[in-house]
Amino acid sequence: MIQVKLLNKFFGEKQVLNDISFKYKPGECSLIIGASGSGKTVLLKSIVGLHEPDSGEIWYDKIQFNTLSFNEKKDIRKEIGMLFQGSALFDFATVEENVRFPMDFFTEWSEEEKIDRVNFCLKRVNLKNVNSLFPNELSGGMQKRVGIARAIALNPKYLFCDEPNSGLDPQTSILIDQLISEITKEYNMTTIINTHDMNSVMEIGDSVGFIHLGKLIWQGDKENILTSDCEELNDFVFASRMAKKVKEMMG
Amino acid sequence: MKKSLEQLGQYYYLMKVVFTKPDKWKIFRKQFFTDIEKLVLNSIPIIAVISIFIGAVIVIQTAYNIENPLIPKMYVGYMARESLVLEFCSTMVALILAGKVGSNISSEIGSMRISEQIDAMEMMGINSANYLILPKIAAATIFNPLLMLMSFMLGLLGGAMIISFTGIITLSQYSEGLQYAFRFYYIVYSMIKMSVFSFIITSISSYYGYYASGGSLGVGRSSTKAIVTSSVAILLANLIITQLMLN
Repeated sequence: MIQVKLLNKFFGEKQVLNDISFKYKPGECSLIIGASGSGKTVLLKSIVGLHEPDSGEIWYDKIQFNTLSFNEKKDIRKEIGMLFQGSALFDFATVEENVRFPMDFFTEWSEEEKIDRVNFCLKRVNLKNVNSLFPNELSGGMQKRVGIARAIALNPKYLFCDEPNSGLDPQTSILIDQLISEITKEYNMTTIINTHDMNSVMEIGDSVGFIHLGKLIWQGDKENILTSDCEELNDFVFASRMAKKVKEMMG
Repeated sequence: MKKSLEQLGQYYYLMKVVFTKPDKWKIFRKQFFTDIEKLVLNSIPIIAVISIFIGAVIVIQTAYNIENPLIPKMYVGYMARESLVLEFCSTMVALILAGKVGSNISSEIGSMRISEQIDAMEMMGINSANYLILPKIAAATIFNPLLMLMSFMLGLLGGAMIISFTGIITLSQYSEGLQYAFRFYYIVYSMIKMSVFSFIITSISSYYGYYASGGSLGVGRSSTKAIVTSSVAILLANLIITQLMLN
């Protein structure tokens, strides 16, 4: 379970996050949607500790994360996996080295155990014979998969994905969404995904929060997002001409 | 002025994080040897070429400037040796390395910063500054003084080669000059200087890379700043060390 209470973040004078509160359960894909620049990435980075919030609380189960020191946070971080927007694979390392990177730091496993785990994670994301390739030799979709494989390498309890579909075609996007959803349910992880892709919302949005100008102004699920009377949400969801027509047809 | 002080504080804070115990010594060792190859061994060709040519040029210039027949010709060798060991092989080589190694470090770390690779490490709970920067500083600070020694030997060799080709003095006069009033302390002084300069180059370049922002243009800017600041810091440190050790 991940709970955020009254989270605020300023960059200079500008307030980027404004009293954000939510609680997300394990085994569900919780999506945070919103326009570009609405504060989604800052929110995600604040939750994992890459940004220091100015006020508010971040709880991982029964531990308040944002009051811990860097070393104390390490224990929680071992249980966090994160997929970055651009995959953030290490250029200097092969696919195999990328996936085993957290294992090298945080486990005392033997070489054999590590390689077995790498192969298992790569197989889980449907990648074969790519161990010795470097990130620049992979397609965008494959890079995302390696990113997911690295994120689940240590069997995390919490998974964060920052725009997992950015730069991918619709079919690959759906495959990545389904993969994240399957993994979430399989390992009973608490998964938070940032996206502005409505296909993802309709595909895997067990729980959805809409962030507008740094404020979380709507929470619900994929079933009731289309019938919401939140004006800003409707502007976002039905932004395209086609979506507006569908809305009109729905009455 | 305020910005400079802020940067100095940020640099100090970064160094505090860098100089902590590595998360795993095995990983540190691996990075350390990789960085020896990248920062030290890969610099050998450029340093070798420059040293040979500068050694040759110093011999020609010194011979040309000694017009007085009362001054023995062996002083050409003596002065070439002193010029090389006191200034060229440490300060000039360090300035060359500031361009080559400094830009390499700052652009490498800067690219990792803007592509969120450093964030990925931090998110995993890895001390990214320690993992990325400490091996570089250690490799360069420990092994670049050997590069200085190599540069010194090759500079002398360059001088010998030009004497063989042109015959401006005899090789025995040159050899006599090289051995004349030799002070081993100068070699130690030069190696210490090189070690300090290497720390300056690697730490400053890493600092600019680590805090790079603003996309690929930002990485380019951080590389330029790294080279300029390292070069100025090297000249300042040269003055201070020389005053302390030779006065």
